[in-house]
Amino acid sequence: MSVSSEEKVEAPGGHPPHTAPAVAKTSWWKDEAQEPMRRNLGLVGVLLALFAIGAFIRPDLYSNPDWVINNIMVILTQAAAIGVVTVGMTFVIIGGGIDLSVGALIALSGVWATTLATQSFGPVGMIFTAVAVGVGAGLVNGVLIAYGKLVPFIATLAMLVAARGLAAQISGKQTQISADQFINSLATTRIVGIPLLVIILLAVAGLGWVLLNRTTFGRRTVAIGGNAEAARLAGINVRGHTMLLYALSGLCCGIAAIMLTSLATSSQAAAAELYELDAIAAAIIGGTLLSGGRGTIIGSLFGVIVFSAITNLFAIANLPTEVQNMVKGAIIVVAVLLQQVRFSSVTQFARRHGLTRAKPQT
Amino acid sequence: MTNSIPDTSRRRLLFGGTAIAAGALLTACTSNEQTPTPAQTKGEDTSNPNAAAGKAVTIGFSAPAADHGWIAAITNNAKAQAGAYKDVTFKQVEAGKDAAAQRAALDTLIAEKPDVIVLLPHDGKELNAFGLKAMEAGIPVVNLDRAFPDALAYRLQIKGDNYGMGVAAGHYIGKALKAKNVASPVIGEIAGMDELELTQERSAGFKAALATYGFTVANRRAARFTADSGQKEAQNLLQALPKIDAIWNHDDDQGIGVLAAITAANRSEFFMVGGAGSKKAIEDIAADKTVLKATVTYSPSMASSAISLARLIAQGRGMSDLVELQVPKEVILASETITKENASTYLKLGF
Repeated sequence: MSVSSEEKVEAPGGHPPHTAPAVAKTSWWKDEAQEPMRRNLGLVGVLLALFAIGAFIRPDLYSNPDWVINNIMVILTQAAAIGVVTVGMTFVIIGGGIDLSVGALIALSGVWATTLATQSFGPVGMIFTAVAVGVGAGLVNGVLIAYGKLVPFIATLAMLVAARGLAAQISGKQTQISADQFINSLATTRIVGIPLLVIILLAVAGLGWVLLNRTTFGRRTVAIGGNAEAARLAGINVRGHTMLLYALSGLCCGIAAIMLTSLATSSQAAAAELYELDAIAAAIIGGTLLSGGRGTIIGSLFGVIVFSAITNLFAIANLPTEVQNMVKGAIIVVAVLLQQVRFSSVTQFARRHGLTRAKPQT
Repeated sequence: MTNSIPDTSRRRLLFGGTAIAAGALLTACTSNEQTPTPAQTKGEDTSNPNAAAGKAVTIGFSAPAADHGWIAAITNNAKAQAGAYKDVTFKQVEAGKDAAAQRAALDTLIAEKPDVIVLLPHDGKELNAFGLKAMEAGIPVVNLDRAFPDALAYRLQIKGDNYGMGVAAGHYIGKALKAKNVASPVIGEIAGMDELELTQERSAGFKAALATYGFTVANRRAARFTADSGQKEAQNLLQALPKIDAIWNHDDDQGIGVLAAITAANRSEFFMVGGAGSKKAIEDIAADKTVLKATVTYSPSMASSAISLARLIAQGRGMSDLVELQVPKEVILASETITKENASTYLKLGF
């Protein structure tokens, strides 16, 4: 359902194949506008392949439908926190930036929200603190980048180091246990069989989709990422907008911090290790251009789920973590290669060399 | 126009006011006051001749910046133990983020000529050269927990027993399962950071001890010593093994997340053994309400003992219970098993 709406958005820019038979010459495989759709289908294919491998290795488990459904929920739950972060990351990357500080901001928000003083304010206080700290730190990133003219890579790298330092300072380097039953129960609550954390992820992704595709904010983000100078000349407040993008990423970190705290019933300065790399990798295999100007929320979401499914499959197959990291690396490389070698260029290449000459004439 | 000016400023005032209020509220929220865990020190024991004040000595100390409860406890314990002696001056240098930073900090420490140096290196191999240098300069070096490869690089080495930890966990699980008459048990293992040698040693000990009962590990996951990674790996482990008899989790800090995953999955058909011996784990074992039934220690109390022994070395005295007139060269702590029965005696050693 979500995929088909994706198709609709891209259609006005390209060639709507269903409505106008005159321009239907460009086949679905070559249509530039269908690129995200093809990529998402590819990722669904990867997920199905992972499922098939799992079923081949452990038929005893995969033959039990209850177990399979439960396992899908586990995969989605593990994708939840990182998925929320990836939504924010996708906005930042589409806007032509990068945010390396997301893991550190989750740790800082989580630690700040689980101090004994904050916990005394109850769940509302904890959630408010996590979100406020995330947005605040994101705004600092944004101001440094937009108004201080720092390169995003440097500004957020500095924030990565500083935020983990501050988190360690606040927590006294201890693991802070969340005694709040409401926060802890978020991870165990299920609504009609779907974990609450997964519902939060879907809600954040849905809002992100609307924001990116149905609002001027989203259009401006794409415009700035595509060509900041042209966007400025077109009257977009590029600096103000860039600042907001980092604040948005910070907001997502704050939400993810609460989700992670709830899952682990605790928080610490070393939490959410390397989430920045996971989020960037997920966005990229989901088809977001690292140079900005192009990307989809749904692609990023599939990217996160693919990584989560791989981790899960490796656990079920009892393979060591080293192999898993190598496979992850390989998948990122293949995804980026695919991004460069588009399907259209492959078919062009084939036609030019007479490999498929018969086809276009029929 | 005249209307728009107060409008903007009101909006700004409101916005600014909210920002300041939020800031003030947040700063108030960083407070983490709680009853401090009493450090693990050896109190004044008048019957112990070693407790009597001796020559005044300066002990230099260096340990990595802590991002983990255990390392934090190491520094706290060392400080507290030094404070318990009237004849000891404690001089701590920051070890920074990596071996290079620690080497630089220690070089300045040598220049200050302390009577003895106690250090927990970032990496024993990388700090080996420093150990040699300090020993050549006539300053005895006490290596805490991460061994130097070169025997000339230290006067005393005091460390925990990672292999022994695995062995203790393996024997506890083996015995308990034999007692229950489980024929071919399903045993899970959640290790710590896999790239560390200590994790490999712990797993090797665990495997060897289980082998004596004819048992093997069915599935082994490696987490990152953090609660969130422990939660994730445990969740996957529970998926991979629909029925489990026992789990060994290497680290009690990550164990918080492991227990959260177990509670969330509603699983209780197995028992779990922890590692390190944190205060929370010992309390959980004593309360006996979770699947955590035991933990094998790797106690940061070794830092307190290292300071005591360093003092004796600097004063040229031996351990009063032993015949030798000097402190031995190597002390390896035995890994102890904490269960419900003895939890109360160990609670003061929890960190």
